[in-house]
Amino acid sequence: MQLTDQHRDYWRKNLRITAFLLSIWFIVTFVMAYFARELATINFFGWPFSFYMAAQGSLIVYVLIIGFYAVYMRKLDIEHGVDEGEEA
Amino acid sequence: MSQTFNQQLKKYYSIYTGGFIGFVVLLGIAEQMGTPRAYLGYAFLVATILLYATIGIMSRTLDVAEYYVAGRKVPAMFNGMATGADWMSAASFIGMAGGLYLQGFDGLAFIMGWTGGYCLVALFLAPYLRKFGQFTIPDFLGARYGGNFVRTIGVIAAIICSFVYVVAQIYGVGLITSRFTGLEFAVGVFVGLAGILVCSFLGGMKAVTWTQVAQYIILIVAYMIPVVWLSVKQTGIPIPQLVYGSVLEKVTAVEKKLTADPKELEVRKIFADRAKTAGEKLTAGAETSYNADKAALVAKVDELKAAPTPDGAAIQAAEKAVDAFPKDVKAYEGQLKGQQGAAGRAAPPLPHGTPFVGTGKTDEDKQKSSDTKRNNFLALVFSLMVGTAALPHILMRYYTTPSVHEARVSVFWSLFFIFLLYFSAPALAVLVKFDIYTNVVGKAFADLPQWVNSWQAVDKTLLSITDINKDGIVQLAEIVIGQDIIVLATPEIAGLPYVISGLVAAGGLAAALSTADGLLLTIANALSHDVYYKMINPDATTARRITISKVLLLVVAIVAAYVTAQKPGDILFLVGAAFSLAASAFFPALVLGVFWKRANKIAAICGMLAGLGTVMYYMLRTYPFFTNLGVPKMPLWFDILPIGSGVFGVAVGLLVMIVVSLITKAPAQEVQDLVEHVRYPSIKGDKMNTAGQMG
Repeated sequence: MQLTDQHRDYWRKNLRITAFLLSIWFIVTFVMAYFARELATINFFGWPFSFYMAAQGSLIVYVLIIGFYAVYMRKLDIEHGVDEGEEA
Repeated sequence: MSQTFNQQLKKYYSIYTGGFIGFVVLLGIAEQMGTPRAYLGYAFLVATILLYATIGIMSRTLDVAEYYVAGRKVPAMFNGMATGADWMSAASFIGMAGGLYLQGFDGLAFIMGWTGGYCLVALFLAPYLRKFGQFTIPDFLGARYGGNFVRTIGVIAAIICSFVYVVAQIYGVGLITSRFTGLEFAVGVFVGLAGILVCSFLGGMKAVTWTQVAQYIILIVAYMIPVVWLSVKQTGIPIPQLVYGSVLEKVTAVEKKLTADPKELEVRKIFADRAKTAGEKLTAGAETSYNADKAALVAKVDELKAAPTPDGAAIQAAEKAVDAFPKDVKAYEGQLKGQQGAAGRAAPPLPHGTPFVGTGKTDEDKQKSSDTKRNNFLALVFSLMVGTAALPHILMRYYTTPSVHEARVSVFWSLFFIFLLYFSAPALAVLVKFDIYTNVVGKAFADLPQWVNSWQAVDKTLLSITDINKDGIVQLAEIVIGQDIIVLATPEIAGLPYVISGLVAAGGLAAALSTADGLLLTIANALSHDVYYKMINPDATTARRITISKVLLLVVAIVAAYVTAQKPGDILFLVGAAFSLAASAFFPALVLGVFWKRANKIAAICGMLAGLGTVMYYMLRTYPFFTNLGVPKMPLWFDILPIGSGVFGVAVGLLVMIVVSLITKAPAQEVQDLVEHVRYPSIKGDKMNTAGQMG
């Protein structure tokens, strides 16, 4: 199997977006939870902010991360000619 | 073709959903006309199991690809629903809201851990496993690292974590069936087992997939109706997830009031005193205290009788106390230990919205205990997330989509459907708490709501209220509540008819059955595909492979039911253990297998064994169940409880894999080609076809 520059470029971009989305995941999960006591003093529509994030906010971010990744990678597949076509 | 298939599915499942709602409405009318409750319970049990059986029979198959991976044509959205049902177990459906009720903020580790793991599935695993496109997770390990040894470790790890988990599910099935139909627990287990087998036996993954979609619809409807209704009752708005912030504020205000309430303080003091006395008596020696206490009671009777003017009533009361006194030292000791253990009830109410509430005498102690709680929260979230991205029965589902792109979209739908339940559970916990704080606490025992009395009669471990300070009014500290009651009693708390309680039970059953199906199939496939076909008899015909798989499914199911009927220890711990075990066994090997070409066979073997070994060792040496059996106890590492031990296992596994890879030879060219192959959804001229006939 021969990899072209285009393929290598595709993989580099994939790694970049993976790292980017993973760092959002990390911040929303671990950084937020680490500072939960400090963030609890902020009132967010009735919830303490850290409670809101742990119970709902982080979950919404997770769904968005995965949705964005699927859309972004679809575009990247097509641009770099590695997509599976309409009928896989 | 796939487009019309998708359309057809949407049509069928819409008709099905409508039909199911119609069925519930019909039962509701039957209830109004006076049908006894037990019949409604049976109707739900029989109707849903028949329904799953019908789907199972309609999906029967003898085709290998259909049996193992549903023919790889499950559209993303439907695979998402199936994954949702596969994922959400009895613990999620029944236990989680209750856990949040009892633990407040700290319980949210389960909400985050069991959803955020899907980010790891999406970014690290699902698309690549789909491109690889074989049948099981050990398949991937076997191909990537070569040789049967890695595959064998994979099979063993898959069986350990799936089996531990399936026992917990069958337990849930037994509990629900016995509670809602009055059957014996053991009978309930086997009825549930029949329900599980009808789905998976005839049609393997294909049948399991389509029943799981049906089960998801039932469980989400069953979860939402009571929560929405309760929200309307309390806030007037039918979207509880948006508005429970204001309810949480009210709950916090009530908590503040109750913390300083004199009556509450009085009850808490009684508990504290009892615990203290019990502790002193235990230190003095159970036998000595037993004799002293008994002698004192008897002496009291004699003294009263010897008085110049004997008081009949007082004598009777004193004699009653002698009768009620424990008959032997053992019972007496048990009573003291119970009182000592209830010391927690002397604590003020836990502030629901406050993270990591520290306890202790000095500020320094409080700070330290709060930090420990935070560290455990982080470790638990990590273990649950990485475990999610390593549980074979979940990863296997992404083999069933038609393409890599659909696999990515499918993870999105999976998490979306899981999210619907998971972001409602914290809302439910807060709404129920507010209801109890306002409609039970502070009320006279004579005018408690109906549901309180009926649940107290069902099971004292779920709900019991005793008038400790004899003032005729309920104090919060007088209530003992079990976590399973929160979801099960919500329909009654919200004032809904009994038919909705039946619906909730059917939802819990659907959640437990669907997870059990996926797990049993994983175990049976690991044995039939990885052990029998790949290692023992590679020339086996497809008919033979499927027959073997079905026989194994039956055997595993019966063994699991047998183990469950023995009611083994702590179910929640079993589930937690499964996550840490899966995380440390699979995650490093799977992720490095895709992202690092340099990772080789010997490193995978060392890494998997080291990770798995670390977690098992830590649990053996620190978890009370094992240390009570005589395993020497050791201190916790960094104060992390055994349920979060995945954090150590994953770290050790990753480290060992990296170091060993670097000091040994790089893998062969074919292996590196395989890694390239799975990284790209499609490459022109790529001759490799790992997906067999279904390429």
